[in-house]
Amino acid sequence: MERETPGRLFWRRFRSNRLAITGAMIVILLFLFAALAPYISPYDPGYINTKNALQVPGRDHLLGTDQLGRDVLSRMIWGSRISLLVGFVAVGIAIVIGTFLGALAGFYGKWVDNVIMRFVDIMLCFPTFFLILAVIAILEPNIWNIMIVIGLTSWMGVTRLVRAEFLSLKERDFVRAASATGAKNPRIIFLHILPNALSPIWVSATLGVAAAILTESALSFLGIGVQPPTPSWGNILTAGKDNIEIAWWLSLYPGLAILITVLGYNLLGEGIRDAIDPRLKT
Amino acid sequence: MFYYLIRRLISMIPLLLGITVISFLVIHLAPGAPTGLQTDLNPKITAEARIRLEKIYGLDKPLHTQYLLWLKRLVVLDLGNSFSMDGRPVTDKIIERVPITILINALSMFLIILIAIPIGVISASYQDSFFDKFTTVFVFIGFAVPTFWLALLLMILFGVNLGWLPISGLKSLNYEYLPAVGMLMDRVKHLILPIFVSAFGGLAGLSRYTRSNMLEVIRQDYIMTARSKGLKERAVIFKHALRNALLPVITILGLSVPGLIGGSVIFETIFAIPGMGQLFYMSVMARDYPVIMGILVIGAVLTLMGNLIADISYALADPRIKIAK
Repeated sequence: MERETPGRLFWRRFRSNRLAITGAMIVILLFLFAALAPYISPYDPGYINTKNALQVPGRDHLLGTDQLGRDVLSRMIWGSRISLLVGFVAVGIAIVIGTFLGALAGFYGKWVDNVIMRFVDIMLCFPTFFLILAVIAILEPNIWNIMIVIGLTSWMGVTRLVRAEFLSLKERDFVRAASATGAKNPRIIFLHILPNALSPIWVSATLGVAAAILTESALSFLGIGVQPPTPSWGNILTAGKDNIEIAWWLSLYPGLAILITVLGYNLLGEGIRDAIDPRLKT
Repeated sequence: MFYYLIRRLISMIPLLLGITVISFLVIHLAPGAPTGLQTDLNPKITAEARIRLEKIYGLDKPLHTQYLLWLKRLVVLDLGNSFSMDGRPVTDKIIERVPITILINALSMFLIILIAIPIGVISASYQDSFFDKFTTVFVFIGFAVPTFWLALLLMILFGVNLGWLPISGLKSLNYEYLPAVGMLMDRVKHLILPIFVSAFGGLAGLSRYTRSNMLEVIRQDYIMTARSKGLKERAVIFKHALRNALLPVITILGLSVPGLIGGSVIFETIFAIPGMGQLFYMSVMARDYPVIMGILVIGAVLTLMGNLIADISYALADPRIKIAK
């Protein structure tokens, strides 16, 4: 009988998980929205027409208009680009830092491990949102700074994960064999151990994108994230709060978009985890 | 127990030092002088005045000297004066705002425990039942809901449309003229939405965690023993399984403290509640560095204390900890 490759096995398990497929479809759909924004958004997201301000959702404007008469649907479609960008860049930064430090701590152990893990403990004491706000207070709030700061404050979980993987993997025979053949440490770390430690990193990256999107939207909502006129889901919601007594649609739809997006990434992440190792299923 | 406590307290010292170092560096390594806001906005200020101002705040000294000076004052709880108009001591400004933040967070923690643990236990005991499936969906959505959006929706529903609950502040305009019962009712009404909103995120997390813990425990041998000796299912669940499943929950509650405190920035800003979170937000907007540094330190110390309380409760609840002294 032909043996199933790990990739095939993964795909077979993933495919049979309805929630995971739903998550994957949501994420793919979002990519399409973001990629096709110039073609599918019905209006120019920055077009101001104050005569048309705060229109109720209707035939001309499916999701209504904001206080400056801009089309909410168009702004939301363009806003999906911001969410994607922030999610991926912030998580990319967190994964690079977390993997690097976790690998060092797990592989070298002793004082290296001690220093790095105490640093992780200290960072975990800070309410993340406080730390992010404090840095944003000093730097200018713009999309690049937001991504960097979210990345710099969310690597601790990855570090712990990668460290644990390294601790168990470095005792395995294939690593001993590599080091017996005279392979240098960096080679062992990056070529032999790291590829075997990737699967939990993937899971935590997918879930991390969801968390980063939530953080960005909260920051933009508070006015210290993505700055208007650039549309982001969070700053449309700010307009929703300013017009809370009259324009419910400004509050409802952007939040729904965030909810569905975050749900999509979470389902996808959990789906990947269950497919990699069904024993971890909760 | 006593030795455990002492050891635990000593292990906190390096963490505390680390917290102060990071709080200090976050503010001081950034480009732009902390006096920027005071000097940049004033075109008439001379270079001489700028230097004088930097001297007042000790910014002319090398970084490590500045840190040590700051730390020395921090030990006696002197966080300096606020940069804002009132120029009041930072410690006073923070301390008057801490109680309301802690009150709301404690109440929402209570609400989380009250709702999430039964949900988790029931859905684990009746795995794959309708209730279990329903709560699983609820949990997934709960993880994904932006809390500030939930706050907006609740404000629209209960505040604007139904007019049942106030949407901002801690008391009504006529608060002073209300009878005692009315005052209390007024307070409660103002607190319902903020507490619910700040509890919501934790609800999903804790019920999921309780459920998976419970499922884990139910598979253990001693549960099978309890069942096979003929105990009623109720007794198995509540007497044998629940205790063991709830132990790790204590740790999770401790770990959720930073999230709750961090979240207070969002709901206090939305609901205009004069707590530590709102002060932090206003200080960030005004670049009031002494206050920012102070709240960073206090937020982290509160987290440390949350973890400490969780560890102590764990040690009290689980006799196995004491053996491993």
